Amino acid sequence: MKVTFPHMGYMYVSLKGMLEYLGIDVVVPPPCSKRTLNLGVKHSPEFACLPLKLNIGNFIEARELGADTIMMAGGCGPCRFGYYAYVENEILKDLKIDYNLVVMEPPEKHIGELLGRIRKITGNRPWLQVIKALRFGFLKAKAVDEIENLSYQIRPRELVKGTTDRALEKSIDLVNEAATPTALTRALAQAKEVMAAVPADRGRPALKVALIGEIYTLLEPYSNVNIERHLGYLGVEVERAMMLSQWINDHLFMGVVRNLPSSDRFKKVASPYLNHFVGGHGEETVGSAVWYAQQGFAGAIQVLPFTCMPEIVAQSILPKVSENTGMPIMTLIMDEHSGEAGLITRLEAFIDLLQRKHEQKEALTS
Amino acid sequence: MKGYLGIDVGSVSTNIVFMDEDTHVLESLYLRTNGQPVVTVQRGLKQMRSQLPANTLVKGVGTTGSGRQLTGIVAGADAIKNEITAHAVAASHLVPGVQTVLEIGGQDSKIIILRDGVVADFAMNTVCAAGTGSFLDQQASRLNIAIEEFGDLALKGNAPVRIAGRCAVFAESDMIHKQQMGFNLEDILAGLCEALVRNYLNNVGKGKEILGPVVFQGGVAANVGMRKAFERALGIEVQIPKYFNVMGAVGAALLAKEAVSRGVPTRFKGFSVADREYKAGSFECDGCPNLCEVIEMAESGQVIARWGDRCGKWATALAAREAAI
Repeated sequence: MKVTFPHMGYMYVSLKGMLEYLGIDVVVPPPCSKRTLNLGVKHSPEFACLPLKLNIGNFIEARELGADTIMMAGGCGPCRFGYYAYVENEILKDLKIDYNLVVMEPPEKHIGELLGRIRKITGNRPWLQVIKALRFGFLKAKAVDEIENLSYQIRPRELVKGTTDRALEKSIDLVNEAATPTALTRALAQAKEVMAAVPADRGRPALKVALIGEIYTLLEPYSNVNIERHLGYLGVEVERAMMLSQWINDHLFMGVVRNLPSSDRFKKVASPYLNHFVGGHGEETVGSAVWYAQQGFAGAIQVLPFTCMPEIVAQSILPKVSENTGMPIMTLIMDEHSGEAGLITRLEAFIDLLQRKHEQKEALTS
Repeated sequence: MKGYLGIDVGSVSTNIVFMDEDTHVLESLYLRTNGQPVVTVQRGLKQMRSQLPANTLVKGVGTTGSGRQLTGIVAGADAIKNEITAHAVAASHLVPGVQTVLEIGGQDSKIIILRDGVVADFAMNTVCAAGTGSFLDQQASRLNIAIEEFGDLALKGNAPVRIAGRCAVFAESDMIHKQQMGFNLEDILAGLCEALVRNYLNNVGKGKEILGPVVFQGGVAANVGMRKAFERALGIEVQIPKYFNVMGAVGAALLAKEAVSRGVPTRFKGFSVADREYKAGSFECDGCPNLCEVIEMAESGQVIARWGDRCGKWATALAAREAAI
């Protein structure tokens, strides 16, 4: 059995860590590229969203490397993503690419349901070992998140453009290579040193902008045309509303890990605008906009894949949030286009707007 | 004479203005880009040099538009700014107190909301090109009328025909149907203007509070039919500034003035840029499956800029120099 999974940012580090801890063979698909997208677009329904197309591309490319089993998350509720694992499997079957499919659906009531599904991959390995592996995968996700968060602070303040990106890549590799929890602790410490060594003007003030919206386009840099990097280059400190470890804890572990930020903090403040589930993360997106405004962020940017229904619901509510809180919000819709110029123009104009607003406020208070 | 140059390199046109120290626009040029931004800018600078007195001193240069980075490197710009900021700066300079800017250019359209002289909100067309200048251009040539006459003809229509304006393809087929049913040309053109304005307000202007004074700029502002349609839809008077088709360049010049006012000497390489040899080359990077097309710009044989790579491997190789620009 050779297990693969779709890409979503640095999620592969966590999944690979977990599976290899159990001695399971893993095939990490090649990073999302133009080829991945071309393969996906060619074989997917036109009206499907970008994540589905990239998933299909990932699976075809993973098969070329010998993968035979797909491990994928599912979901329930009105977002189409819940069916993606099954739809994708049908598409692959039509292409005569046969995979075993294991869908990790969030447990409806109890964490035990998730464990039952995991059994399909882990076979007869003792539960204790499986739980240790899950924990290890989670620790890797946490380590990656920690490094990513560091990069958000350093990039806008780096002295030579591009050094943070290189340090980030190196740090992620260090975490990725760690095979045991002890090695991971060491790797994380080392990775932090690598990040700390980036020459930067650490005291320089930077505007803070929150990235909110749909999880896949937030996490997978190929799908959002490297938005975090571009914002960093513009001297902006980014905070991403959705981090992998937080998502795992909220949705798969049912919040068993305490003292980790949870999306509940968004849901709580969403209620004056939207007080029930609209599928996907629509409710959280509205709430996150309110929450970041309360935290004093200069602005927020919503990213979503073209045709994403829950986020469209959120998008239509965000102008009201913006009006009431005074925090500007911009929406960017992601699809197949890979040209960065249009994105950069919009980001630049948005940051200019925030900057001028900030200067005005400074002038008034001083 | 002393002054500032503003260069706006867009997908369809390249505009250059020269502004004196009291921000009066003395010269302005409107050229077709023809897919060759560098050559066009060089041609424009050459023309500008011949129109200006010999003792002219350029104190600063600003660039904007989709070709701003490229032009900024070639000419040596003091301010390289996106077109939204540039348009807003120009509009609030020429029409003090402006609260709404409607801008329709060749390939894109935008709305900018200003409050107290500062951009408060903006939107650009995202996935739809209906209602931009190139669509009007195309329809005019299909109907065999000069684009300059379009607006006047549309004004003569007194019973505008309803045309589906949501999508350029729908609009075109709807227009053909109406034509075949026997509606007269003036009414169809007036209907098209209304449809485009409706689409603009629903698509680009959705959810925005449009307050007067309203300024309409960009190439399409030359079309009086569009102006009338906007006035009818909004119920407010719509002003067209004198330099409506070179507003980006006016904004760039103003931003250049602001940039050098902090006491930094200009980076302008001089009008001799027009005579230098620039060569753009490209190669495919095979470092990963993205196979990025990397573009290189060489000035007199020396590489001065690279871009087009997703990972930044090539662009950042020259980063130290780029930071200086």
